[in-house]
Amino acid sequence: MERAEIFAKLNEVFQDVFDDEDITVTEETTSADIEDWDSHEHINLIVAVEKCFGIKFNMGEVTTMKNVGAMVDLIAQRI
Amino acid sequence: MQALEYPFDSDYIIKKKKRIKRELLAGERTFLEKKIAVLGGSTTNDIVQVLDLFLLNYGIKAAFYESEYNQYYQDAMFDPKELVEFAPDLIFIHTTNRNIKNYPLLTDSEEEVDAKLAATYQEFEMMWTHLFETYHCPIIQNNMDMPFYRLLGNQDGVNIHGRLSFVQRLNAEFAAYAQRTESFYINDLHYISASYGLDAWSDPFYWHMYKYAIAVPAIPTFAYNLAHIIKAIYGMNKKAFVLDLDNTLWGGIVGDDGMENLELGQETSIGQAYTEFQDYIKAHKDMGVLLNVNSKNEKENALSGLNHPDGVLKPDDFIVIKANWNPKSINTQEIAGELNIGQDSLVFVDDNPAEREIIRQQLPGVAVTEMTSVDQYIRQIDKHGYFEMLRLSQDDLKRSSMYKANMERTAIMNSFADYHDYLKSLEMKAVIRPFEAAYLSRIAQLTNKSNQFNLTTRRYTQEEIAQTAQDETRLTFYGKLEDKFGDNGVVTIAIGRLEGDVCHMELWLMSCRVLKRDMELALMDEVVSRCQAKGVKEIRGYYYKTAKNAMVREFYGTLGFEKLSEDGEDSTWRFVIPAHYEKQNKVIEVITD
Repeated sequence: MERAEIFAKLNEVFQDVFDDEDITVTEETTSADIEDWDSHEHINLIVAVEKCFGIKFNMGEVTTMKNVGAMVDLIAQRI
Repeated sequence: MQALEYPFDSDYIIKKKKRIKRELLAGERTFLEKKIAVLGGSTTNDIVQVLDLFLLNYGIKAAFYESEYNQYYQDAMFDPKELVEFAPDLIFIHTTNRNIKNYPLLTDSEEEVDAKLAATYQEFEMMWTHLFETYHCPIIQNNMDMPFYRLLGNQDGVNIHGRLSFVQRLNAEFAAYAQRTESFYINDLHYISASYGLDAWSDPFYWHMYKYAIAVPAIPTFAYNLAHIIKAIYGMNKKAFVLDLDNTLWGGIVGDDGMENLELGQETSIGQAYTEFQDYIKAHKDMGVLLNVNSKNEKENALSGLNHPDGVLKPDDFIVIKANWNPKSINTQEIAGELNIGQDSLVFVDDNPAEREIIRQQLPGVAVTEMTSVDQYIRQIDKHGYFEMLRLSQDDLKRSSMYKANMERTAIMNSFADYHDYLKSLEMKAVIRPFEAAYLSRIAQLTNKSNQFNLTTRRYTQEEIAQTAQDETRLTFYGKLEDKFGDNGVVTIAIGRLEGDVCHMELWLMSCRVLKRDMELALMDEVVSRCQAKGVKEIRGYYYKTAKNAMVREFYGTLGFEKLSEDGEDSTWRFVIPAHYEKQNKVIEVITD
């Protein structure tokens, strides 16, 4: 899957989880950029991303993921 | 909403919960509003959010109090101001095996293990006792799910030092308390986690990352199970099955294949599956669920199928049998009418997807079960918790025969030219008395279940009923009615509040199964008589309109009240007690002491 394709699918997940169709995520997007992205929503986001791509993140990855670009890197390695 | 009915897609619910909530709140629906305190021993954020969705889907709009992370014990025992002010209608204690602090060590003696068990249990029982005394509301408590590893392997559930053994013994104590305690209900994690799959349920990733004791993907399954109990507490259980016959209760089409060629009984595997399904349906009768048939068939063919020698269900097990060629939506409406229950109390069971779709479209209140193949039928119905049982009452056991007796009464009624003569022929006897301990559970149940003949639609928990019974400023009435066909049990309730020489009727309700029997007149006579004894000069009646109680809009008028005022569709009525009140009931013999 191309990086752009991953971004497109990921963007849909973000829009669903935060119930906001105006969200567009980029390599640099972090939780500071999305109003509802707190630690509670983070877990829902992780679960939704895992289901969407059929992958599992491990604890180390989840705790060190610093922005959406890093998340895409991990996804690209797995699929 | 389909997304929240079994078999739901948990991932979809987790991902779209904000949107689902928005959709549930759109539209005209009126909700029952309740305050629920969630006292958690692990993270409860998502649990509350998903529970909220399932409750809204049942018509319950909850306000939530959530304790801070793992503060369930402190919140339960030390009456924090926020919780006291919140004044919960219901308390849910969300603990799991992660909250067991003092598991046995392999070096412990048997006495030490027993002492640890007693101490762990006592801490819970103290909380429950304190919460009941402080908040007087129902409590739902998780029992323990199984630990995610077994240090002692297969001995873990056998050896007293095993964690599994400890959890199982603790659960037995929880169950014993629930058995002897009113308004206390177990949310059965032990079962639901096994049903979900323990490894996925207890995935430690979610505990270590976010302190979720239950894996996030399992939360919808968990919350759905919990919502079943809550909706049952608020009287929203279903009451009746509406069952198709061909390829639903037996394999084959009785009209084409003939009774002798149906798949039913022990001869074939498919026949066995239908027999097991009939067993399952029949067992509901003893729970008080009303069984009815809705089948496109000639009546005689339907009956011949129901008389199959290997059949478990017989024609006598059903209250209403509709076997004709009318649209099933019409039959379903007629069944609700003949039983005198709301359409939203019905569960429609039919193997044909087209029939199911028609009912979904035409009768949105009716629950429709997705069904695939006979070997799956039981599970497909059972997971819905339609009839979630809180406590099996004597009334439940007798309900089906009471409805049957009603059908016999109707048959006789048609043989009398004069309705009054018919009522006299029933030889009715009523008991009307102040609330008594033996009936508190049934009284609370009635206040939560009666919708149509209910003037104020005030709901009470059993605790509140018990308090009202003790209250000097309240007059309380319950009425039982029996006749020559059988005992109807407690069927009517009233509560009056005394203020000077006026008695305000806060509650007046009656079960629709005794409509038009003059029971309401007998109750009026007794209300007047007790009011006179208290020096009351005037009785005030209140009618509050709901979606379901139009039948009693003019009720107080028929009793001789005059209308004092109207506020929109609500009204206030007055009855000035005359010096010589003439009893209105002339057909029921009433016992009051």
